Amino acid sequence: MVDLSVKIGDLTFQNPIQPASGAFSWEYNDVIDLNRLGALVAKTICREPRLGNPTPRMAETEAGIIQSIGLPGKGIDYFLENIVPEYAKFEPPLVVSVSSESAEDFAELARELSVPDVDVIECNISCPTRNTTGGNFAMQEDHTKMVMEGIRAATDKPVWAKLSPNAGDLVSVALAAEEAGADALVIANTFLSLKIRTDNFRPALGNKFGGMVSPALKPIVLRMVYQVAKEVNIPVIGVGGVTKAEDVVEYMLAGAHAVGIGYAGFRNPSALTTIIDDLETWCDERGIEKVTDLIGAVKDDDMEMDPLVAASHGV
Amino acid sequence: MNDLAPDRKYTNAAIPVGGVDPHPDKPTGEFLTDVVSNDWVNGEYKLLVVRAAERALTAYAGQFYHLLCPSPDGAEVWMRRPMSIYKVDKAAGCLEFLYKCEGRGTQGMATLEAGDTFNIAGPLGVGFTLDPAWKNIVVLGRGVGLATLAPLSQLAAEKGVGVTAVLSARRSDLVMSQDLFEELGAATVTVVDEDGSSAVENVEEILEKLIADGKADAFFTCGSSRLLKLMQNLGKKHDVPGQVAMEQIMVCGIGACYVCMRTFEINGEKTLKRVCREGPVFNMQEAVGW
Repeated sequence: MVDLSVKIGDLTFQNPIQPASGAFSWEYNDVIDLNRLGALVAKTICREPRLGNPTPRMAETEAGIIQSIGLPGKGIDYFLENIVPEYAKFEPPLVVSVSSESAEDFAELARELSVPDVDVIECNISCPTRNTTGGNFAMQEDHTKMVMEGIRAATDKPVWAKLSPNAGDLVSVALAAEEAGADALVIANTFLSLKIRTDNFRPALGNKFGGMVSPALKPIVLRMVYQVAKEVNIPVIGVGGVTKAEDVVEYMLAGAHAVGIGYAGFRNPSALTTIIDDLETWCDERGIEKVTDLIGAVKDDDMEMDPLVAASHGV
Repeated sequence: MNDLAPDRKYTNAAIPVGGVDPHPDKPTGEFLTDVVSNDWVNGEYKLLVVRAAERALTAYAGQFYHLLCPSPDGAEVWMRRPMSIYKVDKAAGCLEFLYKCEGRGTQGMATLEAGDTFNIAGPLGVGFTLDPAWKNIVVLGRGVGLATLAPLSQLAAEKGVGVTAVLSARRSDLVMSQDLFEELGAATVTVVDEDGSSAVENVEEILEKLIADGKADAFFTCGSSRLLKLMQNLGKKHDVPGQVAMEQIMVCGIGACYVCMRTFEINGEKTLKRVCREGPVFNMQEAVGW
């Protein structure tokens, strides 16, 4: 039977399947066995209690949904006291997503989150509906470097940087996060989107803009993971449009160590454990002994070219 | 198999009728049900009957299922649609959903035929509760809200609680669930727009009389913001407790995504709650109309 375990930094995960932050909570234990997941990923928390964005918070489009939730939560004190213990009842490592509008507060939050039951701090520096200097730091290299350096200095916990697909030059942002000391990169957050209703001429979401979530994003995010994984020396976690085991394989072939799943868990509450089962079957059927053998195993260095086309390329 | 679809021999975690249940103790599941029938009950509403695995039959009045509706038009329906349970028929192993064919989800549901399979997740949420002290209750619903209130009459009948159901609709042929309410021994009053009897003032008179006659130990409502307001006012005035079933656009149905928020007012303070998790049935006096 295939060994599904993967290492990210010094931490070992029993399989490469994780929920995507924002799309998961311990309440999924009502449906599936959370102890089977690679990791538990808590919803992004902020310092102060936040109600979140106006409703409607979700709208369907032709090719997926757009959503704008607004990081609702009861603040870090409540989180440490009440939510962390909920997750501590389960075995997989706990990844805590965190966001702030200032680099100083971000670092301070990381320090406060460095408690025994928290295993990884995922820095959500890419909330699409925050602005570039006030939370969506990952739009630019210099902001990314600044905020990640502060966080790195504040904690000994593994820190993962969640990057934005809306950045102009994602590879440069990724390199900046690595240089600042990130232990891994999560690629990517949602795509900034807009839907306007033609019946009343109004934006479909209460917050106007939202982030797009859809299997349609998989080829785009896969390309980003591929490009970044080629350039950095830290693990990449691919997040975008995974709905089945083959999608996990594809992300790993592109260079990802693990994947985050959001939409599929919304559509099928038992999707995450189904995908773990299916990934195991997929590997066993092909005699793959370690899932880590798939990482970066895309065969793209000997692409065959038709001789006529090759000639036109001067090869 | 092609490279876009998973191989069929891979597992499908939705639990089919007669299938192995990997989590018999969990409150919620993803179930693959078999469609028994899906017939029109009038020009706008259909009744879907599905056979489901045993654990899916544990729903009580006011709880809902999250339905993975087929497409009505060839384009994908991306999210599930929450729908309250209309009837649980444990003897037949069936669940029933009464729905109005209105949006893309319900139009897709309308295409289901006997023999099809239908993926549902549930039961979900907090439903109606009956205080043992209540001897007589009043349910007031409008339109498709009546489908949500109907199973409450079953619950009340089981507990020997008297029910008066005030059923509101645009036209008399669109009054839903009257038969079901009456079958279960409820007294029914029908009010409709076409003769003006559904006007709030008239409904208010009906409710005042029920209160005066000792028929209203508690209020229940669903489907109309105006009727909610009316019941809230009368409830305050005469100290009648109540419950309301709410709706909201929903994504996960489990409590994780925080999409289905509604505003509530508790001791003068406004707050947001998840319709899927803290509801869909709420304390009537805390609800803020929509």
